[in-house]
Amino acid sequence: MAEGPTPLERFIQGILPENPVYRQLLGMCPTLAVTNGLKPALTMAAAVAFVLFCANVMISLLRNLLQPHLRIVIFTLTIATFVTIADRFLAAYVYQMSKALGPYIPLIIVNCIIIGRCEVCASKQSVVTAGADAIGQSLGFALALASLAAVREILGTGMLFGIQVLPAAWPDWGVMVLPPGAFLTFGLLLGIANWLSTRKSGNR
Amino acid sequence: MDAENTEASAPSSGVKQNFLVQAWLVLVLVICFGSALAAIQMKLGPIIEANKLNETLQKVPELIFGAAEAAKLQKTPGQLTVIPRQIEVKRPDRVAYYSVYEAELAGKCSGWVVKAKGQGYADTIELLIGLDAHARNITGLYILGQKETPGLGNRIIEPKWRDQFQGKNAYAPIKVIKSGPTGPNQIDAVSGATISSTSVCRIVNTALADLKGKLN
Repeated sequence: MAEGPTPLERFIQGILPENPVYRQLLGMCPTLAVTNGLKPALTMAAAVAFVLFCANVMISLLRNLLQPHLRIVIFTLTIATFVTIADRFLAAYVYQMSKALGPYIPLIIVNCIIIGRCEVCASKQSVVTAGADAIGQSLGFALALASLAAVREILGTGMLFGIQVLPAAWPDWGVMVLPPGAFLTFGLLLGIANWLSTRKSGNR
Repeated sequence: MDAENTEASAPSSGVKQNFLVQAWLVLVLVICFGSALAAIQMKLGPIIEANKLNETLQKVPELIFGAAEAAKLQKTPGQLTVIPRQIEVKRPDRVAYYSVYEAELAGKCSGWVVKAKGQGYADTIELLIGLDAHARNITGLYILGQKETPGLGNRIIEPKWRDQFQGKNAYAPIKVIKSGPTGPNQIDAVSGATISSTSVCRIVNTALADLKGKLN
């Protein structure tokens, strides 16, 4: 079982080449829903990072005990536990943010990125690789959420992190912080990402 | 899972084919994770409750007097005292406990806030009901906690929907109407989320019926 990508490869792949949002198109629900501002987007990304890292490490530790027909049950169980921990922590220490994110934190349980990484990487590779994979994928997810949120927040409200950055004369494009803005921004950014990567591979 | 197991278990040897033996890791993990979560809940539960209480107390003036009046009151602190109370309601089939907050303005009772909860479409909905001094009319509604479907059911938290409850008679049950309210004490449902809307009304109606005549 020693084959497969090394920890460093896993780490790098997660950030851009196999970015969970722009390349794998996973975790769309939170991606579209919580990116109306940088603060909720990064809180979401942090919660996902915590859950992904803990679940990956835990599954990797248990990988030799997993039975094929029971593995999904164990993945779900592990993920649900860490999501509940994250949810309680947010509710206790950043109550307002936890209310703003509402059901999206508990919904991390069904986020395909995490169960996907458990299946693809953690259940087959060592703890170090699984950990590196989780960090890489989390950074990729955070990057994707932050890019979407930055575009939407700045165009929709003229602010970043709730601080005014555009001149007050900027006519806030309200639609950008509403659901249609999420789809528009995501489609455009995805198009740019694809265009850049095809241009890059064409030059080779 | 059961179907898969029976498929796999040839009649040959006993112990290894047993569901419980096969699922030993699941069972062990359930116990470990369960106790870990219980420990975390014991540690964080009180903090979360304190956060909720804090939010409740903050919302009391707004729920009773409305946002504009509440902002004015905030400028002159010390005028408004909020007295928390527990009220026990005995019914033939159940006993209910309500946290009630009495707001006193310059020593005179000027309104009530009742905390109530009940089942929503997904998970429990917790809400605050604002009432006038005689608990005759609803002065406001605030959703303290919910996990309804994003985009549909969770629109019960929007002021536009909640504000429909303002001025409704607290003695008569409130009804949800899908096609737009036509009579008194009727509420327009959130479109696409009739269950969430009726759940909120049911929680409000139950709490108000339980507390009828007890707020004085």
